[in-house]
Amino acid sequence: MEDLTLTDWSRAQFALTALYHWLFVPLTLGLSFIVAIMESIYVKTGSAVWKQTTKFWMSLFAINFAIGLATGIIMEFEFGTNWSNYAWIVGDIFGAPLAIEGIMAFFMESTFFAVMFFGWNKVSKGMHLFSTWLVAIGSNLSALWILVANGWMQNPVGMVFNPDSARFEMESFFDVLFNPVAVSKFLHTVASGYVMGALFVVGISSWYLLKKRHVIMARRSLVVGATFGLITSIFLLLSGDQSAHVIAQKQPMKLAAIEGLYDGHKRASIVAIGQLNPKKKVGNDEDEFLWSIEIPAALSFLGFHNFDAFVPGLDDLVHGCAEHDIDSVETKIQKGKIAIEALKEYKAAKKAGDSVVAQTALERFRENESCFGYGYLNNVEDVIPPVAISFYSFHVMVGLGSWFFLLFFLLLYFSMIGKLDDKKLLLRAALWSIPLGYIAGEAGWIVAEVGRQPWAIQDMLPVGMATSQVSTAAVQTTFWLFAIVFTGLLIAEIRIMFTQVKIGPEGVDHV
Amino acid sequence: MHIIRMTRIFLSMYSEGFKNMKPLGKKLWLIIGVKVVIFFVIMKILFFPNFLKTNFNNDRDRAEHVINSLIQGEK
Repeated sequence: MEDLTLTDWSRAQFALTALYHWLFVPLTLGLSFIVAIMESIYVKTGSAVWKQTTKFWMSLFAINFAIGLATGIIMEFEFGTNWSNYAWIVGDIFGAPLAIEGIMAFFMESTFFAVMFFGWNKVSKGMHLFSTWLVAIGSNLSALWILVANGWMQNPVGMVFNPDSARFEMESFFDVLFNPVAVSKFLHTVASGYVMGALFVVGISSWYLLKKRHVIMARRSLVVGATFGLITSIFLLLSGDQSAHVIAQKQPMKLAAIEGLYDGHKRASIVAIGQLNPKKKVGNDEDEFLWSIEIPAALSFLGFHNFDAFVPGLDDLVHGCAEHDIDSVETKIQKGKIAIEALKEYKAAKKAGDSVVAQTALERFRENESCFGYGYLNNVEDVIPPVAISFYSFHVMVGLGSWFFLLFFLLLYFSMIGKLDDKKLLLRAALWSIPLGYIAGEAGWIVAEVGRQPWAIQDMLPVGMATSQVSTAAVQTTFWLFAIVFTGLLIAEIRIMFTQVKIGPEGVDHV
Repeated sequence: MHIIRMTRIFLSMYSEGFKNMKPLGKKLWLIIGVKVVIFFVIMKILFFPNFLKTNFNNDRDRAEHVINSLIQGEK
């Protein structure tokens, strides 16, 4: 039986590491492109102000990059120590994308970063600009490989489980790369990074305008940031729609949880805002919400691009729905147990040298393999992710995303008509939207990862079976160690960033 | 020849970059250095041994351990 305490601490440690890592990554993704755009304007115009502006934002990019560097490698350590079963099982699938990511990151960082930061006046303007763009593209491609790996966990495709090596082995690299979950996840995730970069630029620029310091640089930066933010907000919205559509097909339980939908139906509404009823459980007659404001039929359209589509709720997914061809979890658990039993017989037959029995057992395993992970569950309700966390995180993310779109629009509009300096409230709102951007990004990850619980690999491996036989105390110790180190890094980031912003563009000749 | 010249330019960029570095750059490199030591020396070696590599000698034994965990429903 799984050790819940060990599993929960391992889970908490991974969540802590991932959430801290994600504080640094989005700014790298977004700011790198904004800096590249600013430098392009400098190269085109030859303006000294644009050169100084580029160098200033590049210095802030450097701070974020340096402090965030290698925070993601910790997750790799955790795979080997706390999640050894999982790491072994997925080794063949994750090997290729993570190796490409590692090689790409190393070469990009050691070459083009050097040109970007040390190459001013040493290489031609064109070469320097080329390097800046390559850093931006490279950082984003790096994210691609990580998200391909993550997307595979949410929708395992292009693989076959080998019972002799105990590994999922890759059958098609392109199926893994173009996995619809990976593609939508990549697009939505990098888009959120672009919006974060834009919020950072408009927020700090607004602060300068409020303080009446570096006004010319602030105005120009704000226009670039707001334009970039407005365009990427639209992209974020469209990629979010695509993401929801894919989730509806591949992870219906997640969709039901993030919308608090228990009783599935046609023309399902989206809850624009609402409060979940804490007494509501699968199978009881309580109302889903204490109060809510809903958009009729919008969830059907979001999930299936059809206002009349049936959207299954948690009740349908747990107890099954014959009308819509949905198996109950009880049926899946039975199939999963048959798959585990068949695997056991296969191994025993192989050991005894009985190839006929081994072949029969393997065929039975293949017939039930799609429900393999369900065989480890004890209770049908184990398949339900934490509904409240998923629901509120999703709605915080969507609400803030909508606000950012409006903010960029207003900033750009008032900049264009030359009245932005008078809009103190809007400038303050832009400044305070920087932390909101981080909250939205973290909420997005909570939706993606909490919403897919209890699975480490969707339908194949529950989290409880993915961990190692290590002591809970060891995981607790390293949890607190990471909490201290990462908090220290976060404090360093904020302090150094604040100091650099206060100094302004004059102090950035050499980072 | 071209590659050698490029390599020289690249290395001189690094050496001059470090030589002329301002306090902010030095601070950031110090943070990177400390972090690398904490992550790769202290944490990796002391706290994060690879469970399967440490406890089993070869891939066959590792696979056997994992498959037994899956069969028995235990880790």
